Amino acid sequence: MNLLQWIDPKKLTGHAIVLLARLFSGFTVRWVDCQPETCQRIYFANHTSHLDAVVLWAALPRHLRAITRPVAAADYWSKGWFRRYLAQSFNALLIDRQEIKVHHSPIDLMIREIGDVYSLIVFPEGGRTSGEEMGEFKSGLYYLGKKRPDLELVPVYIDNVNRVLPRGEFLPVPLLTCITIGPPIFLESGEPKADFLSRARSAVQALKADEG
Amino acid sequence: MDQVGWLVAEATQIAVSKTGLTSRTYILMAVIFATLGVASVTSIMLQRGERWTIESAALKRFNHRLRIWWIMFAILAFGFLLHRLGVVFLFGLVSFWALREFITMTPTRRGDHRTLFWVFFIFTPLQYILIGLGNSPPQWLAQGRIIDFYGFYSIMIPVYASLFIPARIAISGDNKRFLERSAKIQAGLLICVYMLSYAPALLDLELQTSNRMAWNGSPVTVLLFMILIAQLADVFQNAWSRLAGKNVIAKDINASRTWEGVLGSMITTGLCGMALSWATPFSWWEAGVMSMVVSIMAFAGGMTLSAIKRDRGVKDTGTLVQGHAGLLDRIDNVCFAAPVFYHLTRFYFSAE
Repeated sequence: MNLLQWIDPKKLTGHAIVLLARLFSGFTVRWVDCQPETCQRIYFANHTSHLDAVVLWAALPRHLRAITRPVAAADYWSKGWFRRYLAQSFNALLIDRQEIKVHHSPIDLMIREIGDVYSLIVFPEGGRTSGEEMGEFKSGLYYLGKKRPDLELVPVYIDNVNRVLPRGEFLPVPLLTCITIGPPIFLESGEPKADFLSRARSAVQALKADEG
Repeated sequence: MDQVGWLVAEATQIAVSKTGLTSRTYILMAVIFATLGVASVTSIMLQRGERWTIESAALKRFNHRLRIWWIMFAILAFGFLLHRLGVVFLFGLVSFWALREFITMTPTRRGDHRTLFWVFFIFTPLQYILIGLGNSPPQWLAQGRIIDFYGFYSIMIPVYASLFIPARIAISGDNKRFLERSAKIQAGLLICVYMLSYAPALLDLELQTSNRMAWNGSPVTVLLFMILIAQLADVFQNAWSRLAGKNVIAKDINASRTWEGVLGSMITTGLCGMALSWATPFSWWEAGVMSMVVSIMAFAGGMTLSAIKRDRGVKDTGTLVQGHAGLLDRIDNVCFAAPVFYHLTRFYFSAE
């Protein structure tokens, strides 16, 4: 049984991805007022590079990695068999960005998919930003918090990954990166959407200032 | 069982005869091992008994250094068992890591990305491949000619890479701070890769004494001597600055480096070099002078790296990204000392 698990090609690719991510991004992980626990969480982070999801996923301890699914764009990750295979290897939850309908919203899909086991990695900015300035957060995080108030919302600041693989490049440069995971926040009862989103955004930004 | 033991012994024999390690190398390594051991024991004792009122911050820094020296020593010892190419390869990895720290520390723009890729994956490996080829390239490459790649590896980065870098950045089309960006990448490549690569290049020299007598030792010992002296120079500079430091050289660059430290370090490092002259082809006074030169270059390296770090507002390259060892902080002295030491050795103590 155990042996079969090891031979599972997706698991092996998963390990290879972690190793490569570690080699190429040389990341340091800092848990600030937050512990790596197995309770259900939504990790939300700034988004500057295609590698963000992979690097953050790889930065989690192994037992958390097994129950954490990065949310990724379907239009990018389902193009071609190789990307699709990679996305499966790191257990990505693919979301179609183009076709968002009211009764088939990605939030419902996410909540259905995570059940009461999985945690998620989301990038509330939507698309990648240039890395200098964080974009405004989209409302998905708010609805996640509203529909599942029991989830811990954990801010993460990803530093320097945009220099490893910037937008529109395909060859990585192996610089050193840093991932800071901060204390969880929750949606207060009756908190307006805009207030919550700006609070979440500044929680990520606070981790940037915390650095150095 | 017996056969296995015999095989291991045989393999070690081959490894040793190939690396050309001599008893001198072993003695020098034993000396370093003993020194590190004594330092470690002292530091453990200091941590145990708090009778001595030593600032814990200083002790912590010392422990950190000590750990890195142990790692360096272990890597070198391991590398020596792997023949000359093993050492070249290990230095290549060190260069790669140091360059990684350097570029992480200096901000670049998106337009520099492709250039950086070239720097990391073409120029750095190429420099070490050239060093590895050295003066005895394989037959298919030399084809009967006598080639010493010294002629190429000593100019590849300063000439060709230095021309390539600004041109490649210009092609990427971003004109903001153009000169500054090219200079940063050029400086990183020069300091972390080019300068450091002179250390393993030492292994290619056919050493002799200054009066043109053949020397029967191995260049590995000389490499070890150079690294040891460079590290000692740093330690002495710190110690002298602490004990007798009065005139700070440049407060805005480094508040703890003093002229007393530099002078004291020059003298004590020189004395240490004289005491270790048996390990080298140098006579006692030549070893002293070489050590003094290394000490000055170690100082220059430390100052330069300090200036770069102050400019970026970081204290150690290690704290820049938390948890990393700050390799660049420990080898800046070797980076600056290696080319000078190499050229002096090449001109005065080598058969070429």
